[in-house]
Amino acid sequence: MSALSVVGLRKSFGRHEVLRGVDLEVGEHEVVCLIGASGSGKSTLLRCVNLLEPIDAGSILLGGEVVSRSRDVNSVRRRIGIVFQSYNLFPHMSVLRNVTLAPRDVLRLSRRDAEERAVALLERFGLADKRDEYPDRLSGGQQQRVAIVRALAMQPELMLFDEVTSALDPELVAEVLSVIRELASAGMTMVLATHEMSFARDIANRVCFLDEGRILEQGPPEQIFTAPREERTQRFLQRIIEARRL
Amino acid sequence: MLDGLRSGGEGRRSVAVALASTVVFFVVVGVLVTHSPGWPEVRRTFFDWHEFRSTFPEIASAFKLNIKIFCIAEALILVFALFLAVLRSLPGPVFFPLRALVIIYADLFRGLPTILVIAVLGFGAPALGLSYVPTSTTFWGIVALVLIYSAYVSEVYRAGIESIHPSQEAAARSLGLSRWQTMRRVILPQAVRRVIPPLLNDFIGLQKDTALVGTLGAIEAFNQSQIDANATFNYTSYLAAAVLFVAITIPLARFTDWLIARDRRRRQAAGVA
Repeated sequence: MSALSVVGLRKSFGRHEVLRGVDLEVGEHEVVCLIGASGSGKSTLLRCVNLLEPIDAGSILLGGEVVSRSRDVNSVRRRIGIVFQSYNLFPHMSVLRNVTLAPRDVLRLSRRDAEERAVALLERFGLADKRDEYPDRLSGGQQQRVAIVRALAMQPELMLFDEVTSALDPELVAEVLSVIRELASAGMTMVLATHEMSFARDIANRVCFLDEGRILEQGPPEQIFTAPREERTQRFLQRIIEARRL
Repeated sequence: MLDGLRSGGEGRRSVAVALASTVVFFVVVGVLVTHSPGWPEVRRTFFDWHEFRSTFPEIASAFKLNIKIFCIAEALILVFALFLAVLRSLPGPVFFPLRALVIIYADLFRGLPTILVIAVLGFGAPALGLSYVPTSTTFWGIVALVLIYSAYVSEVYRAGIESIHPSQEAAARSLGLSRWQTMRRVILPQAVRRVIPPLLNDFIGLQKDTALVGTLGAIEAFNQSQIDANATFNYTSYLAAAVLFVAITIPLARFTDWLIARDRRRRQAAGVA
Protein backbone atom coordinates (compact mmCIF):
# COMPACT_ATOMS: atom_id res chain seq x y z
CA MET A 1 0.00 0.00 0.00
CA SER A 2 1.26 3.45 -0.90
CA ALA A 3 1.98 5.99 1.81
CA LEU A 4 0.63 8.64 -0.53
CA SER A 5 -1.43 8.40 -3.71
CA VAL A 6 -2.38 11.35 -5.85
CA VAL A 7 -4.95 10.53 -8.54
CA GLY A 8 -5.95 12.84 -11.39
CA LEU A 9 -5.27 15.98 -9.36
CA ARG A 10 -6.37 19.24 -10.95
CA LYS A 11 -5.98 22.74 -9.55
CA SER A 12 -6.60 26.16 -11.07
CA PHE A 13 -5.94 29.65 -9.80
CA GLY A 14 -8.58 31.71 -11.57
CA ARG A 15 -8.33 30.85 -15.26
CA HIS A 16 -4.81 29.51 -14.97
CA GLU A 17 -4.73 25.73 -14.59
CA VAL A 18 -1.59 24.92 -12.61
CA LEU A 19 -2.09 21.18 -12.18
CA ARG A 20 -3.66 19.32 -15.11
CA GLY A 21 -4.17 15.81 -13.87
CA VAL A 22 -1.28 14.68 -11.69
CA ASP A 23 -0.89 11.01 -10.73
CA LEU A 24 1.73 10.11 -8.16
CA GLU A 25 2.40 7.11 -5.94
CA VAL A 26 4.82 7.30 -3.03
CA GLY A 27 5.65 4.07 -1.21
CA GLU A 28 6.54 3.86 2.44
CA HIS A 29 10.15 4.93 3.16
CA GLU A 30 10.42 6.19 -0.38
CA VAL A 31 12.07 9.52 -1.24
CA VAL A 32 10.57 11.22 -4.29
CA CYS A 33 12.03 14.38 -5.80
CA LEU A 34 9.95 16.71 -7.93
CA ILE A 35 11.96 18.68 -10.47
CA GLY A 36 10.86 21.12 -13.13
CA ALA A 37 10.95 24.77 -14.10
CA SER A 38 9.47 27.49 -11.90
CA GLY A 39 5.73 27.54 -12.39
CA SER A 40 5.55 23.88 -13.39
CA GLY A 41 3.35 23.18 -10.34
CA LYS A 42 5.76 21.59 -7.83
CA SER A 43 4.88 23.86 -4.92
CA THR A 44 1.18 23.79 -5.70
CA LEU A 45 1.25 19.99 -5.73
CA LEU A 46 2.82 19.91 -2.25
CA ARG A 47 0.39 22.50 -0.91
CA CYS A 48 -2.53 20.50 -2.30
CA VAL A 49 -1.28 17.29 -0.67
CA ASN A 50 -1.21 19.11 2.68
CA LEU A 51 -4.75 20.42 1.98
CA LEU A 52 -3.47 23.99 2.20
CA GLU A 53 -5.05 24.55 -1.22
CA PRO A 54 -8.52 23.23 -2.05
CA ILE A 55 -8.36 20.97 -5.13
CA ASP A 56 -10.67 21.15 -8.13
CA ALA A 57 -10.67 17.50 -9.19
CA GLY A 58 -9.02 14.18 -8.40
CA SER A 59 -8.22 12.71 -5.01
CA ILE A 60 -5.45 12.37 -2.45
CA LEU A 61 -5.01 9.21 -0.41
CA LEU A 62 -2.92 8.88 2.71
CA GLY A 63 -2.12 5.28 3.66
CA GLY A 64 -4.96 4.12 1.40
CA GLU A 65 -7.52 6.45 2.96
CA VAL A 66 -9.06 9.25 0.89
CA VAL A 67 -8.27 12.50 2.69
CA SER A 68 -8.95 15.09 -0.01
CA ARG A 69 -12.64 15.20 0.86
CA SER A 70 -12.03 14.99 4.60
CA ARG A 71 -14.00 17.46 6.65
CA ASP A 72 -11.43 17.37 9.42
CA VAL A 73 -8.44 18.90 7.63
CA ASN A 74 -6.59 19.46 10.91
CA SER A 75 -6.37 15.74 11.67
CA VAL A 76 -5.05 15.11 8.13
CA ARG A 77 -2.45 17.86 8.37
CA ARG A 78 -1.05 16.58 11.64
CA ARG A 79 -0.09 13.37 9.77
CA ILE A 80 1.87 15.35 7.15
CA GLY A 81 4.81 17.64 7.85
CA ILE A 82 5.66 20.42 5.42
CA VAL A 83 8.69 22.70 5.31
CA PHE A 84 8.52 25.92 3.29
CA GLN A 85 11.06 27.84 1.27
CA SER A 86 10.83 30.85 3.60
CA TYR A 87 11.08 28.88 6.92
CA ASN A 88 7.96 30.61 8.35
CA LEU A 89 9.01 30.23 11.97
CA PHE A 90 6.84 32.09 14.48
CA PRO A 91 8.96 35.19 15.24
CA HIS A 92 7.35 35.91 18.61
CA MET A 93 8.24 32.50 20.04
CA SER A 94 11.51 30.95 21.14
CA VAL A 95 12.86 27.97 19.22
CA LEU A 96 11.57 25.61 21.90
CA ARG A 97 8.09 27.17 21.84
CA ASN A 98 8.02 27.01 18.03
CA VAL A 99 8.63 23.29 18.26
CA THR A 100 6.31 22.51 21.19
CA LEU A 101 3.33 24.63 20.09
CA ALA A 102 1.60 22.08 17.86
CA PRO A 103 2.40 18.99 19.97
CA ARG A 104 0.87 20.73 22.99
CA ASP A 105 -2.12 22.40 21.33
CA VAL A 106 -2.94 19.78 18.71
CA LEU A 107 -1.70 16.49 20.16
CA ARG A 108 -2.50 17.65 23.72
CA LEU A 109 0.88 16.53 25.05
CA SER A 110 1.83 17.81 28.48
CA ARG A 111 4.37 20.60 28.53
CA ARG A 112 7.00 18.21 29.89
CA ASP A 113 6.42 15.54 27.26
CA ALA A 114 6.37 18.09 24.45
CA GLU A 115 9.60 19.70 25.63
CA GLU A 116 11.27 16.34 26.06
CA ARG A 117 10.36 15.45 22.49
CA ALA A 118 11.49 18.86 21.20
CA VAL A 119 14.82 18.81 23.03
CA ALA A 120 15.59 15.31 21.73
CA LEU A 121 14.99 16.48 18.15
CA LEU A 122 16.95 19.71 18.62
CA GLU A 123 19.87 17.68 19.97
CA ARG A 124 19.70 15.25 17.08
CA PHE A 125 20.06 18.10 14.59
CA GLY A 126 22.66 20.11 16.47
CA LEU A 127 20.35 22.87 17.68
CA ALA A 128 20.24 22.10 21.40
CA ASP A 129 22.03 25.33 22.33
CA LYS A 130 19.52 27.40 20.36
CA ARG A 131 16.41 26.29 22.26
CA ASP A 132 15.87 29.65 23.98
CA GLU A 133 16.83 31.87 21.04
CA TYR A 134 14.29 33.77 18.96
CA PRO A 135 14.20 33.13 15.20
CA ASP A 136 15.64 36.54 14.23
CA ARG A 137 18.84 35.64 16.11
CA LEU A 138 19.43 32.55 13.95
CA SER A 139 21.02 32.15 10.53
CA GLY A 140 18.83 31.08 7.62
CA GLY A 141 20.22 27.57 7.78
CA GLN A 142 19.52 27.31 11.50
CA GLN A 143 16.00 28.67 11.01
CA GLN A 144 15.28 26.13 8.31
CA ARG A 145 16.58 23.29 10.48
CA VAL A 146 14.29 24.48 13.30
CA ALA A 147 11.40 24.50 10.81
CA ILE A 148 12.21 20.87 9.94
CA VAL A 149 12.36 19.96 13.64
CA ARG A 150 9.05 21.76 14.22
CA ALA A 151 7.40 19.60 11.56
CA LEU A 152 9.07 16.41 12.86
CA ALA A 153 7.83 17.05 16.41
CA MET A 154 4.36 16.08 15.19
CA GLN A 155 5.79 12.66 14.23
CA PRO A 156 4.31 12.80 10.72
CA GLU A 157 4.04 9.76 8.46
CA LEU A 158 5.04 11.86 5.46
CA MET A 159 7.30 14.91 5.06
CA LEU A 160 6.98 17.45 2.26
CA PHE A 161 9.84 19.83 1.41
CA ASP A 162 9.06 22.84 -0.77
CA GLU A 163 12.37 24.12 -2.20
CA VAL A 164 13.72 24.42 1.32
CA THR A 165 17.18 25.59 0.28
CA SER A 166 16.17 28.17 -2.36
CA ALA A 167 16.13 31.12 0.06
CA LEU A 168 19.47 30.21 1.68
CA ASP A 169 22.91 31.66 1.11
CA PRO A 170 24.98 29.04 -0.74
CA GLU A 171 27.23 28.28 2.24
CA LEU A 172 24.18 27.41 4.38
CA VAL A 173 22.63 24.93 1.96
CA ALA A 174 24.73 21.96 3.02
CA GLU A 175 23.65 21.95 6.69
CA VAL A 176 19.99 21.78 5.67
CA LEU A 177 20.56 19.10 3.05
CA SER A 178 22.44 16.97 5.55
CA VAL A 179 19.41 17.05 7.86
CA ILE A 180 17.20 15.82 5.01
CA ARG A 181 19.77 13.18 4.14
CA GLU A 182 19.71 11.90 7.70
CA LEU A 183 15.92 11.73 7.64
CA ALA A 184 16.06 9.72 4.42
CA SER A 185 18.49 7.23 5.91
CA ALA A 186 16.21 6.94 8.96
CA GLY A 187 13.47 5.78 6.59
CA MET A 188 11.22 8.86 6.51
CA THR A 189 8.79 8.94 3.58
CA MET A 190 9.46 12.20 1.78
CA VAL A 191 8.44 14.25 -1.24
CA LEU A 192 10.80 17.10 -2.14
CA ALA A 193 10.41 19.87 -4.64
CA THR A 194 13.98 20.94 -5.39
CA HIS A 195 16.33 22.78 -7.70
CA GLU A 196 19.36 20.97 -6.23
CA MET A 197 19.85 18.40 -8.99
CA SER A 198 22.93 16.71 -7.57
CA PHE A 199 21.19 16.38 -4.23
CA ALA A 200 18.10 14.92 -5.90
CA ARG A 201 20.30 12.48 -7.76
CA ASP A 202 21.95 11.52 -4.52
CA ILE A 203 18.97 11.11 -2.25
CA ALA A 204 15.94 10.25 -4.40
CA ASN A 205 14.60 6.76 -5.03
CA ARG A 206 12.60 8.29 -7.81
CA VAL A 207 12.62 11.59 -9.68
CA CYS A 208 9.52 13.11 -11.27
CA PHE A 209 9.80 15.80 -13.93
CA LEU A 210 6.86 18.18 -13.81
CA ASP A 211 6.03 20.11 -16.93
CA GLU A 212 3.02 22.37 -17.43
CA GLY A 213 1.06 20.81 -14.60
CA ARG A 214 1.69 17.17 -15.42
CA ILE A 215 4.28 14.59 -14.46
CA LEU A 216 5.84 14.21 -17.87
CA GLU A 217 8.43 11.63 -16.95
CA GLN A 218 9.50 9.73 -13.87
CA GLY A 219 12.02 7.08 -12.97
CA PRO A 220 15.13 6.30 -10.95
CA PRO A 221 17.52 9.26 -10.78
CA GLU A 222 20.23 7.63 -12.95
CA GLN A 223 17.76 7.21 -15.77
CA ILE A 224 16.19 10.70 -15.52
CA PHE A 225 19.50 12.50 -15.24
CA THR A 226 21.55 10.47 -17.72
CA ALA A 227 19.02 9.15 -20.21
CA PRO A 228 15.78 11.13 -20.12
CA ARG A 229 13.25 9.87 -22.65
CA GLU A 230 11.27 13.06 -23.17
CA GLU A 231 12.70 15.89 -25.19
CA ARG A 232 11.37 18.51 -22.74
CA THR A 233 13.14 16.79 -19.85
CA GLN A 234 16.38 16.80 -21.86
CA ARG A 235 15.99 20.50 -22.59
CA PHE A 236 15.26 21.34 -18.94
CA LEU A 237 18.34 19.44 -17.74
CA GLN A 238 20.43 20.99 -20.47
CA ARG A 239 19.44 24.47 -19.27
CA ILE A 240 20.35 23.55 -15.69
CA ILE A 241 23.77 22.29 -16.77
CA GLU A 242 24.43 25.43 -18.80
CA ALA A 243 23.42 27.63 -15.88
CA ARG A 244 25.91 25.76 -13.69
CA ARG A 245 28.76 26.44 -16.08
CA LEU A 246 28.18 30.19 -16.09
CA MET B 1 10.80 64.95 22.09
CA LEU B 2 14.38 65.53 21.04
CA ASP B 3 13.95 63.09 18.16
CA GLY B 4 12.00 65.82 16.38
CA LEU B 5 15.09 67.99 16.53
CA ARG B 6 17.70 65.41 15.73
CA SER B 7 15.96 64.16 12.62
CA GLY B 8 15.69 67.80 11.45
CA GLY B 9 19.33 68.39 10.77
CA GLU B 10 22.94 67.98 11.74
CA GLY B 11 23.89 68.05 15.38
CA ARG B 12 24.41 71.03 17.62
CA ARG B 13 23.83 73.75 15.04
CA SER B 14 20.30 72.63 14.21
CA VAL B 15 19.47 72.25 17.91
CA ALA B 16 20.57 75.86 18.47
CA VAL B 17 18.52 77.11 15.51
CA ALA B 18 15.45 75.20 16.71
CA LEU B 19 15.87 76.57 20.24
CA ALA B 20 16.29 80.16 19.06
CA SER B 21 13.30 80.07 16.71
CA THR B 22 11.13 78.54 19.44
CA VAL B 23 12.10 81.26 21.93
CA VAL B 24 11.47 84.01 19.37
CA PHE B 25 8.10 82.54 18.48
CA PHE B 26 6.85 82.38 22.06
CA VAL B 27 8.19 85.84 22.93
CA VAL B 28 6.34 87.33 19.93
CA VAL B 29 3.11 85.50 20.81
CA GLY B 30 3.48 86.47 24.48
CA VAL B 31 4.03 90.15 23.68
CA LEU B 32 1.05 90.17 21.28
CA VAL B 33 -1.26 88.58 23.87
CA THR B 34 -0.19 90.64 26.88
CA HIS B 35 -0.39 93.89 24.92
CA SER B 36 -3.85 93.24 23.53
CA PRO B 37 -6.54 95.68 24.71
CA GLY B 38 -8.53 92.97 26.55
CA TRP B 39 -5.56 91.36 28.30
CA PRO B 40 -6.10 92.77 31.83
CA GLU B 41 -9.66 91.47 31.77
CA VAL B 42 -8.63 88.05 30.39
CA ARG B 43 -5.89 87.75 32.96
CA ARG B 44 -8.34 88.47 35.76
CA THR B 45 -10.98 85.95 34.58
CA PHE B 46 -8.77 83.12 33.26
CA PHE B 47 -5.46 83.35 35.13
CA ASP B 48 -6.41 84.14 38.71
CA TRP B 49 -3.93 82.34 40.94
CA HIS B 50 -6.08 82.66 44.02
CA GLU B 51 -9.06 81.22 42.15
CA PHE B 52 -6.89 78.41 40.78
CA ARG B 53 -5.79 77.36 44.25
CA SER B 54 -9.27 77.42 45.70
CA THR B 55 -10.94 75.40 42.92
CA PHE B 56 -8.13 72.96 42.08
CA PRO B 57 -8.68 70.43 44.92
CA GLU B 58 -12.38 70.06 44.11
CA ILE B 59 -11.70 69.62 40.40
CA ALA B 60 -8.88 67.19 41.06
CA SER B 61 -11.24 65.15 43.16
CA ALA B 62 -13.83 65.21 40.35
CA PHE B 63 -11.07 64.21 37.91
CA LYS B 64 -10.95 60.84 39.66
CA LEU B 65 -14.25 60.12 37.91
CA ASN B 66 -12.60 60.84 34.53
CA ILE B 67 -9.87 58.38 35.35
CA LYS B 68 -12.39 55.78 36.48
CA ILE B 69 -14.45 56.20 33.28
CA PHE B 70 -11.25 56.01 31.23
CA CYS B 71 -10.00 52.82 32.89
CA ILE B 72 -13.31 50.95 32.74
CA ALA B 73 -14.00 52.04 29.15
CA GLU B 74 -10.47 51.20 28.00
CA ALA B 75 -10.60 47.67 29.42
CA LEU B 76 -13.97 47.02 27.76
CA ILE B 77 -12.89 48.56 24.45
CA LEU B 78 -9.71 46.45 24.25
CA VAL B 79 -11.74 43.24 24.58
CA PHE B 80 -14.84 44.21 22.57
CA ALA B 81 -12.86 45.72 19.68
CA LEU B 82 -10.66 42.63 19.46
CA PHE B 83 -13.78 40.48 19.30
CA LEU B 84 -15.12 42.65 16.44
CA ALA B 85 -11.82 42.51 14.56
CA VAL B 86 -11.69 38.71 14.81
CA LEU B 87 -15.28 38.47 13.57
CA ARG B 88 -14.40 40.65 10.62
CA SER B 89 -11.42 38.49 9.69
CA LEU B 90 -13.51 35.29 9.45
CA PRO B 91 -13.16 33.99 5.89
CA GLY B 92 -15.66 32.48 3.49
CA PRO B 93 -19.21 33.22 2.37
CA VAL B 94 -20.80 31.58 5.46
CA PHE B 95 -19.61 34.40 7.69
CA PHE B 96 -20.66 37.18 5.32
CA PRO B 97 -23.59 38.34 7.53
CA LEU B 98 -21.30 38.66 10.55
CA ARG B 99 -18.67 40.55 8.57
CA ALA B 100 -21.34 42.84 7.12
CA LEU B 101 -22.72 43.59 10.59
CA VAL B 102 -19.28 44.52 11.90
CA ILE B 103 -18.66 46.78 8.90
CA ILE B 104 -22.02 48.53 9.35
CA TYR B 105 -21.29 48.94 13.06
CA ALA B 106 -17.82 50.39 12.45
CA ASP B 107 -19.06 52.77 9.75
CA LEU B 108 -21.99 53.95 11.86
CA PHE B 109 -20.16 54.62 15.10
CA ARG B 110 -17.18 56.22 13.41
CA GLY B 111 -19.60 58.50 11.58
CA LEU B 112 -21.58 59.73 14.59
CA PRO B 113 -20.38 62.63 16.77
CA THR B 114 -19.39 61.28 20.19
CA ILE B 115 -21.43 63.86 22.06
CA LEU B 116 -24.54 62.84 20.12
CA VAL B 117 -24.22 59.15 21.06
CA ILE B 118 -23.56 60.11 24.67
CA ALA B 119 -26.66 62.33 24.75
CA VAL B 120 -28.95 59.79 23.07
CA LEU B 121 -27.88 56.93 25.34
CA GLY B 122 -27.47 58.97 28.50
CA PHE B 123 -30.84 60.70 28.30
CA GLY B 124 -32.72 58.09 26.28
CA ALA B 125 -31.89 54.77 27.94
CA PRO B 126 -32.80 55.76 31.52
CA ALA B 127 -35.97 57.43 30.21
CA LEU B 128 -37.25 54.02 29.12
CA GLY B 129 -38.10 53.50 32.78
CA LEU B 130 -37.20 49.80 32.69
CA SER B 131 -36.36 48.55 36.18
CA TYR B 132 -33.44 46.39 35.02
CA VAL B 133 -31.81 49.18 32.98
CA PRO B 134 -29.32 51.20 35.07
CA THR B 135 -30.11 54.90 35.30
CA SER B 136 -26.60 56.03 36.22
CA THR B 137 -25.40 58.65 33.73
CA THR B 138 -21.82 57.48 34.25
CA PHE B 139 -22.86 53.97 33.22
CA TRP B 140 -24.44 55.19 29.98
CA GLY B 141 -21.56 57.54 29.33
CA ILE B 142 -19.19 54.59 29.51
CA VAL B 143 -21.44 52.52 27.24
CA ALA B 144 -21.42 55.32 24.65
CA LEU B 145 -17.63 55.70 24.78
CA VAL B 146 -17.16 51.94 24.45
CA LEU B 147 -19.45 51.83 21.40
CA ILE B 148 -17.70 54.74 19.68
CA TYR B 149 -14.11 53.82 20.46
CA SER B 150 -14.54 50.10 19.77
CA ALA B 151 -15.42 51.04 16.20
CA TYR B 152 -12.06 52.81 15.83
CA VAL B 153 -10.00 50.33 17.78
CA SER B 154 -11.42 47.31 15.92
CA GLU B 155 -10.12 48.90 12.71
CA VAL B 156 -6.69 49.29 14.29
CA TYR B 157 -6.70 45.63 15.33
CA ARG B 158 -7.85 44.62 11.85
CA ALA B 159 -4.99 46.49 10.23
CA GLY B 160 -2.65 44.59 12.57
CA ILE B 161 -4.18 41.22 11.72
CA GLU B 162 -3.96 41.93 8.00
CA SER B 163 -0.32 42.98 8.31
CA ILE B 164 0.70 39.45 9.34
CA HIS B 165 1.98 37.58 6.29
CA PRO B 166 -0.27 34.71 5.09
CA SER B 167 2.73 32.36 5.29
CA GLN B 168 2.44 32.53 9.09
CA GLU B 169 -1.09 31.20 8.87
CA ALA B 170 -0.03 28.53 6.37
CA ALA B 171 2.76 27.40 8.70
CA ALA B 172 0.40 27.16 11.68
CA ARG B 173 -2.39 25.41 9.78
CA SER B 174 0.09 22.96 8.22
CA LEU B 175 0.99 21.80 11.74
CA GLY B 176 -2.65 20.90 12.34
CA LEU B 177 -3.63 23.96 14.37
CA SER B 178 -7.27 24.93 13.96
CA ARG B 179 -8.26 28.32 12.59
CA TRP B 180 -8.99 29.58 16.11
CA GLN B 181 -5.72 28.18 17.55
CA THR B 182 -3.84 29.85 14.70
CA MET B 183 -5.54 33.16 15.43
CA ARG B 184 -4.91 32.97 19.17
CA ARG B 185 -1.36 31.61 19.20
CA VAL B 186 0.20 32.95 16.01
CA ILE B 187 -1.70 35.84 14.41
CA LEU B 188 -3.04 37.89 17.33
CA PRO B 189 0.13 37.98 19.47
CA GLN B 190 2.06 39.40 16.51
CA ALA B 191 -0.76 41.69 15.36
CA VAL B 192 -1.39 43.23 18.79
CA ARG B 193 2.30 43.95 19.31
CA ARG B 194 2.38 45.83 16.03
CA VAL B 195 -0.61 48.05 16.80
CA ILE B 196 0.25 49.14 20.35
CA PRO B 197 1.33 52.67 19.27
CA PRO B 198 -1.85 53.42 17.27
CA LEU B 199 -3.92 51.91 20.11
CA LEU B 200 -2.31 54.33 22.56
CA ASN B 201 -3.14 57.18 20.19
CA ASP B 202 -6.81 56.25 20.35
CA PHE B 203 -6.63 56.13 24.14
CA ILE B 204 -5.31 59.68 24.30
CA GLY B 205 -8.52 60.63 22.48
CA LEU B 206 -10.58 58.54 24.88
CA GLN B 207 -9.06 60.22 27.93
CA LYS B 208 -10.09 63.63 26.58
CA ASP B 209 -13.56 62.48 25.63
CA THR B 210 -14.35 61.37 29.18
CA ALA B 211 -15.16 65.06 29.71
CA LEU B 212 -18.19 64.63 27.42
CA VAL B 213 -19.81 62.38 30.02
CA GLY B 214 -20.11 65.56 32.11
CA THR B 215 -22.77 66.81 29.69
CA LEU B 216 -25.08 64.16 31.17
CA GLY B 217 -24.69 65.65 34.63
CA ALA B 218 -21.97 63.44 36.07
CA ILE B 219 -19.66 65.56 38.21
CA GLU B 220 -16.36 64.96 36.46
CA ALA B 221 -13.53 67.47 36.14
CA PHE B 222 -14.96 69.57 33.30
CA ASN B 223 -18.45 69.69 34.80
CA GLN B 224 -17.02 70.63 38.20
CA SER B 225 -14.97 73.44 36.64
CA GLN B 226 -18.12 74.72 34.94
CA ILE B 227 -19.98 74.71 38.24
CA ASP B 228 -17.13 76.67 39.82
CA ALA B 229 -17.03 79.12 36.91
CA ASN B 230 -20.77 79.71 37.15
CA ALA B 231 -20.55 80.32 40.88
CA THR B 232 -17.67 82.82 40.80
CA PHE B 233 -17.88 84.32 37.27
CA ASN B 234 -14.22 83.41 36.98
CA TYR B 235 -12.99 80.90 34.39
CA THR B 236 -9.69 79.97 36.01
CA SER B 237 -11.32 76.69 37.04
CA TYR B 238 -11.21 75.65 33.35
CA LEU B 239 -7.48 76.12 33.46
CA ALA B 240 -7.32 73.83 36.50
CA ALA B 241 -9.25 71.13 34.60
CA ALA B 242 -7.02 71.60 31.54
CA VAL B 243 -3.89 71.12 33.65
CA LEU B 244 -5.25 67.81 34.96
CA PHE B 245 -6.11 66.46 31.50
CA VAL B 246 -2.79 67.50 30.03
CA ALA B 247 -0.93 65.92 32.96
CA ILE B 248 -2.25 62.56 31.76
CA THR B 249 -2.45 62.94 27.99
CA ILE B 250 0.94 64.52 27.28
CA PRO B 251 3.00 61.80 29.00
CA LEU B 252 0.83 59.24 27.16
CA ALA B 253 1.53 60.99 23.85
CA ARG B 254 5.29 61.13 24.55
CA PHE B 255 5.29 57.46 25.53
CA THR B 256 3.48 56.59 22.27
CA ASP B 257 5.98 58.50 20.17
CA TRP B 258 8.83 56.85 22.01
CA LEU B 259 7.35 53.41 21.27
CA ILE B 260 6.91 54.26 17.58
CA ALA B 261 10.50 55.53 17.35
CA ARG B 262 11.79 52.42 19.12
CA ASP B 263 9.84 50.17 16.72
CA ARG B 264 11.26 52.02 13.74
CA ARG B 265 14.81 51.69 15.05
CA ARG B 266 14.29 47.96 15.61
CA ARG B 267 12.91 47.42 12.14
CA GLN B 268 15.82 49.32 10.61
CA ALA B 269 18.28 47.31 12.68
CA ALA B 270 16.62 44.08 11.54
CA GLY B 271 16.67 45.27 7.92
CA VAL B 272 20.40 46.02 8.03
CA ALA B 273 21.37 42.73 9.71
